[in-house]
Order: sequence, then C-alpha cells, then structure tokens
Amino acid sequence: MNKMRKIKDTFVYFLIFLCSSFSIVLLAGVIIYVFSKGIGQVNLSFLTSVTSVLNGTVGIAGNIVNTIIIILVTMLIATPVGIGSAIYLNEYAKPGKFVTFVEYSTETLAGIPSIIFGLFGMMFFGQTLGLGYSLLTGSFTLILMVLPLITRNTQEALKNVPDSYRHGAIGLGSGKWHMVRTILIPSAMPGIITGVILAIGRIVGESAALLFTAGSAKVLPKAFGQIFDKLFQSGGTLTIQLYLSATSEGDFDTAFGIAAVLLILVFIINMITKFLSARFDVTKKI
Amino acid sequence: MKRKAVIEKIALIILMICAVLSIFAVCSITVYMFMKGTPALSKVGVHKLLFGTVWKPTAESASYGILYIILSSIVGTGMTLLIGVPVGLMTAVFLSEIAGKRIAAVLSSAVELLAAIPSVIYGLIGMMVLNPWMYKLEKIIFSNSKEHQFTGGANMLSAIIVLAIMILPTVISVSVSSLKGVTASLRSASLALGATEIQTIFKVVIPAAKSGILTGVVLGIGRALGEAVAINMVAGGSVNIPLPFNSVRTLTTQIVSEMGYANGLHRQVLFTVGLVLYIFIMIVNYILLRARKKGVENE
Repeated sequence: MNKMRKIKDTFVYFLIFLCSSFSIVLLAGVIIYVFSKGIGQVNLSFLTSVTSVLNGTVGIAGNIVNTIIIILVTMLIATPVGIGSAIYLNEYAKPGKFVTFVEYSTETLAGIPSIIFGLFGMMFFGQTLGLGYSLLTGSFTLILMVLPLITRNTQEALKNVPDSYRHGAIGLGSGKWHMVRTILIPSAMPGIITGVILAIGRIVGESAALLFTAGSAKVLPKAFGQIFDKLFQSGGTLTIQLYLSATSEGDFDTAFGIAAVLLILVFIINMITKFLSARFDVTKKI
Repeated sequence: MKRKAVIEKIALIILMICAVLSIFAVCSITVYMFMKGTPALSKVGVHKLLFGTVWKPTAESASYGILYIILSSIVGTGMTLLIGVPVGLMTAVFLSEIAGKRIAAVLSSAVELLAAIPSVIYGLIGMMVLNPWMYKLEKIIFSNSKEHQFTGGANMLSAIIVLAIMILPTVISVSVSSLKGVTASLRSASLALGATEIQTIFKVVIPAAKSGILTGVVLGIGRALGEAVAINMVAGGSVNIPLPFNSVRTLTTQIVSEMGYANGLHRQVLFTVGLVLYIFIMIVNYILLRARKKGVENE
C-alpha cells in the first residue's frame, strides 16, 4: 500500500514538473523561433521606410506611425476618463445600486472579446458617425476596450492609499476635489501608470478590433501637418500588417520581422510594469 | 469661497459622467448587436439560419446555415479547456506549492510574458510550425481515405492547440493566486495527519481553492470563445463539421474572414453570427460575475 502510494506520488510529481516546464519551453521556443526568423529582417531601412514596389523597399515605418498615433489618441481620452471613473467610484459614490451597476458594466466591458468591439466600432463610429475606416474610428473603439483596465488599476491604487491621508487633508480644510487632485492622484500614480502601460501593451497587440475599424493602409504622412488628416484616413498598425503579411500577402519575411519588433516592444512594456509594481508596491513598504 | 464650491460641483459632475460612460458603452454595444443581428434572423428564418448546415452565401440560391459554425466554437472551446486546464492547474500547483521562491519567480515572469505576446504571433507560429506537422500527420492518417479533403494542416486540431496555449497564462495566474490564498493551517493539519504532500495538494488545497480555480476556467472560456485572428490563421477556411482534421470556421473566424467583402443579406447574417457570439460571451460573463460575488461573500 505504502509502496503504491510512493509510486503514485512520484508519477504525479513527474506530471507536475512536465507541465510547468512546458510554459518555459514554450516561451523560449516562441522567442528563439521568432528572433531566428525575424531579426535578420529588422534593420534601419525596414524600420524607416514604407513597403513600395515602385521604390523596391520593404518597411514598416507607416505601420509604426499608425500604431503611435492610435496609442496617443486612445490614451489621451481613455486615461482621464478611466481615472475619473475610478475616482468617482472610490471617493465620491456611496456604496449602493449605482456603484454595483457601474462596476458590473466595467467587468462586462472587460469580458467582451475584441472582435465584438471591432464590429461595434465599425457600425457605430464607422457608419453611424460616418468616420469610415480611419485611425480615429480605431482609437475610439480601443478606448472602450482599455477603459476597464485603467479604471480597475486606478481603483486598486486608490484603495491602497491610507485613509489617514484623506482625513488629514479634509481636516486641514481642503475641499474634496482639492484633496483628490493634490493628495490622492499623486499617491495613486504608480497604479495609474501601470494601468496605462498595460493598456498600451493591449493596443500594441490588438488586431481583431482594428481590422474593420482602422483598416490597413500603410502610407506615411508626408508632412507634420498631415498627421491630422491622417486621423481621418485608414491605417494599419503593426499587428494588422503582420496579419496581412502572413495571410493575404504571403510575405512571411516581413511577418517575422514585425513579430520580432513586437516581441521586443512587449518585452520592454513587461519590464516597465514589473519595475513599477516592484518599486511602488505599497504592501512591501509597511 | 464661492469659486471653490463651483469647482467642487463641476469636478463631481465630470467624474460622474466618466463613471456613467462604461454603462453607456455596454448598453449601446448590446443595443447595436441586437439591432444589427436580428434582421437576418427574420429574413432567413430562425430555424434555417441557426440549425442549417449549408453555408453558401455567394451561391445563386444562397444558403446561410451556421449550425456547424456554432458547433465548431463550442467543441473548440471545450477541447481547449480539456487540454489547457489540467496543464495550467498542474503548473499553478508547481508554482505555489512545490517550487522554491527563485524558480517560481522565473516561471511566473515567463507566464506573464506569454500572456503579453500578441495573438497574431501565436497565429503566425501556428501557421509556420503547427500546420506543417498537422499536414504530415494528416497524410499518414488519411492515406487510404478517399472522402477526406486534405487541409494542408489548417484544421480544428491546430486551432485547439493554439487556443490551449493562449488560455494557459490566464488559467495559471488565476489558479496560483487562489492556491496561495489557502491558509497554511489547512496544509499543516493535513500533513500532520500523515498525508503526503501530493495528497495534501489534491485532496485539501485544490478543493479549498476550487472557486478561484473555476473563475480562471471561466475566464479561459471567454478568451477561447472570443479569440479571432490567431485561430483564423490556423483553422482553415471552410465551414465543416468540427472534427479534428477538418478545416473549420468558428463564430469569430467567420466574421474576420468574410466581413471584409460581404454585403447585403450575407453581411447581415455575419452580424447575426456576431450576435450569437455576444450572447455566449454574456452568459460566460454572467457566470463570472456570480462566481466573483460568491467569492466576495465567502470572504
């Protein structure tokens, strides 16, 4: 009986080790494979030129610019709204039906898959508001998608701010908004930044929500002033270009080149969030 | 003094608008999905559309049956869980119960990084690595079969494997945090009674962390149901019965691959496909909310 038990235990241990080494092997495999196939493709002209049969160049500069524009526009709107919503929920609203309702809808929003956001964005921003396939349609769609991320992270951060800060500020005669602006937001900043960076990571990796909203064009704006016109034109991000290169265009060299660039970006974003959460972990300080 | 009061009032109103925005977003998404998704139901007929098995949107006498598409999504998600959950749970057990601190930290970072890799990259690797393997396997298995349509490896099985890999990080991280939440006294009591470590883990710790692990599973279901682009790259392009070596279309890939050129009734049917997906996701979300609420109450 005891011997059986021992054999059984050893077998289960073996299974556990096997499964957990799988994720390391997988990660290593993905990174090595993508870099070995893609890194040779990445050079200065790949990063700074636009694919053009006429000039004989292959490059992703247009997609990089599109990605940056989408990130900027999305975060410019989503960040204040997300923070505002978190502040309202945490500091102003009294616990009750309304707060639960808002929290439920934030949760629901977080659970909706990106393809549904894509469909909604295409119908609402693209057709009803008449923005068509454009960077603006894409950004508006993504705002809805990243909003829960920012709200939740800010809420967590606000919950970690000790109540004594609030009492102190109010006791000194500060108004509520003044307290929020000068005490709470700065104290919650690390959490807010983590949320923002996670949201940027999500935008960089997003594809399904952008396919039918921002489209796939890859032209560069010719002058700085044209960036604003660009907002109303279609533009594909890096992930969209990867998808198109791998499927309809069948250009796997470019696809792997973009994959390598994306992996580097994801790695950097991951490092920053890790650094921030380790450095500003409130629970560790006490 | 009066100016201060006005600022406070304005701040309150603006903050409230921010909070209401998410309610507004969820409501308008729901309204739009139903508004755009229901017309095709009445035009084609509920039964013909949802339970029809022939998908020929561009034929002369077009036929819009999406039963196989719905089944592919359900079967695909089920199979994904069958692979992803045990592997994920085992890894979580290792991370929280067995591994030393340093190894656990390295593994956790690996899992985090896996979660952050964009889905198109998984799709690309699936296309380039998994599909050729599948094609070889297919050639061996079906070498004598005359009816089998060769897919070049882009089949249901590839989609399931890619999806299983994609839900792993979710299952692992949620399970780890719920396993870690189990009090140490439970473990000590079990060990003191003479149970082995393995017995303690599987008979005491995992049952105690059940609700958290289930939350991870439900999150995984949501992710597997909703993933679109990655599986569109590996699952093939025709509507078939969801068998392992058939090329299949799921609810999501159907939209991704045909929305670009569809128009008229075809386009409306695709919106209905979107509506079906939305309803599935809402059910999953509801289960998740219930589970979370229960978890909070238990605390």
